Amino acid sequence: MSTTDQGLASERAPAPVVPLYTPCAIPPGAPSKVDPPVGEDLITVNFGPNHPSTHGVLRLIVTLDGEVVVGLDADIGYVHTGFEKNFEQKTYWKGIPYAPRMDYLGFFSNELAYVGAVEKLIEIQVPERAQWIRTLFAELNRLHSHLVYLGTSGVELGAMSAFFYCLRERDSVLDLFEMVTGVRMHDRYPQFGGVFEDLPKGFYAECKRFCQEMPKRIDSYLDLLAGNPIWKGRLKGIGTIDAETAIAMGLSGPNLRASGVAYDLRRNDPYLAYDKLDFEVVTGQKGDCYDRFLCRTMEMYESVKIIDQCLEGMPSGPVMADDRKYVLPPRAELHTSMESLIHHFKLVTEGFRVPAGQVYTAVESPRGEFGCYLVSDGSPKPWRVHFRAPSFVSLQVTGMMSVNRYVADMIAVVGSLDGVMGEVDR
Amino acid sequence: MTAAELAEALEQRVPGGVTQHADGADMPTLVVPVDKLLEVCRELRDGHGKNFLSAVSAVDFLGRGEEVAGYFGTERGRDLNSPGSWGAPHTVLSPPTRFCVSYHLAHVDGDGSPPQRVRVQVMVEDGEDVPSVVPIWPTADWHEREQWDMMGVRFAGHPNLKRLLMPSDWDGHPLRKDYPIGGEPVQFTDAV
Repeated sequence: MSTTDQGLASERAPAPVVPLYTPCAIPPGAPSKVDPPVGEDLITVNFGPNHPSTHGVLRLIVTLDGEVVVGLDADIGYVHTGFEKNFEQKTYWKGIPYAPRMDYLGFFSNELAYVGAVEKLIEIQVPERAQWIRTLFAELNRLHSHLVYLGTSGVELGAMSAFFYCLRERDSVLDLFEMVTGVRMHDRYPQFGGVFEDLPKGFYAECKRFCQEMPKRIDSYLDLLAGNPIWKGRLKGIGTIDAETAIAMGLSGPNLRASGVAYDLRRNDPYLAYDKLDFEVVTGQKGDCYDRFLCRTMEMYESVKIIDQCLEGMPSGPVMADDRKYVLPPRAELHTSMESLIHHFKLVTEGFRVPAGQVYTAVESPRGEFGCYLVSDGSPKPWRVHFRAPSFVSLQVTGMMSVNRYVADMIAVVGSLDGVMGEVDR
Repeated sequence: MTAAELAEALEQRVPGGVTQHADGADMPTLVVPVDKLLEVCRELRDGHGKNFLSAVSAVDFLGRGEEVAGYFGTERGRDLNSPGSWGAPHTVLSPPTRFCVSYHLAHVDGDGSPPQRVRVQVMVEDGEDVPSVVPIWPTADWHEREQWDMMGVRFAGHPNLKRLLMPSDWDGHPLRKDYPIGGEPVQFTDAV
């Protein structure tokens, strides 16, 4: 540093930095935005929309006093693709492939929310086995999402090696998806009334092997990161939010549980087969970035436990409801049965009509409460579909968590909130 | 708590606060007059523990009450000749106004209790203001901005009611039924 730099720095009072573990408060005015103070030395910087640490295309308009964030406003919508408008133009079954493309990491939960909403309106009974298979895949998907979170948020903080380990295991998860659904992501596997196909031969052994291997891998992530002094230094005490503020700001999922609220829709409002399974709701205490990291990582153990129980306890039986008004007939029947052919043709071209009404279903996605509000007018196309995207809601706290802390802490905050921009913008 | 019980409890605290109620397949639904919305919401939060706002969803019922309902393309609404309409009569709740804004509320607690969801709805005409619930649930900030952006429902008293997802100079509100799909103007033509 040159002498002039030192001279300049000494003339100005250093920017205030809040102490670690200070719970953030909802700013006056708009809660999602922190207005910068009026000052001469402040500079406004565009952080993003294309930046390696923004988890996609998120633009943060950051006002800086030296290295300290004093104002922040988030600009989203760069990947807004009008999913909800698209749903209105498609018959119900054509909407299923759209759903997973919103939250492209927790894709299975999106499908579950949408399919669940339609199933509630048409009052179709999903067979027991299909529910267990859905549960199994929802948890595999949670592992997938948390692994990507751990890897990418690690990269943002300079922990490059964790990324490779996490992506290696992520690939094993996707291999399991590929084995059953034929594709690695965006599977269109849940259908109205069940799942597309039963589990293939050999899946049990593969998945069992994965369940035995995975806890050791999670151990190794914790070995690598949890006790690492740099990791702790970057995350502990940063972006602290208390339970009351977290609930008021609508946080859900691991972001809420890290603040000590044991609220998990799998436990509080059980759906699928979760009420028959034994698992812990992982909570943190302080609600800082480190607790959010730990919550997600410990949740992975629970997911493995659930997958293992699903494999062991899965009942036998059909995987699809037997209701020809809503469910495609088995392929083989098309060659011999005229009625099946007619049903098939009607379902594929016109689609089925859903009784008029409205419904809201919520599932616990890897990011929190993923909800689907569906309004039907009795025609074969949804009248209105609205998704409650958990990362859309949780991104609102970026400002209040980052203000009066260093830019580097803002990176940790954005990473720890685990936003997926595809879901934020829809 | 059923919708009738909830409506009765609210009626004692906020007279005239609930005009319609129904038990849906998923949760009780309360229809609230626009001018009583804030009072009812505050009572639901403080008196009934609905501390969590899940979502704010606006629905456009263009073409309500007509033989065929609004779709995209025509001013009258759904075009009978467009594929997929089949002239289905429009039957949703027979809303009295064009827009319906739904607030999905829940009770969030760490003690394992169920969310006890409630849906609060207000019916508004095009151009009519809905009071903002940001003072009650701060999380409503982006929810309301999104609905303003997408549906053009204005939330009075919102501290920062700007477009959220669309560019700030965008014309129209894309999720309205009279906003044509594929009809957006070509951007950046002047910039060449």
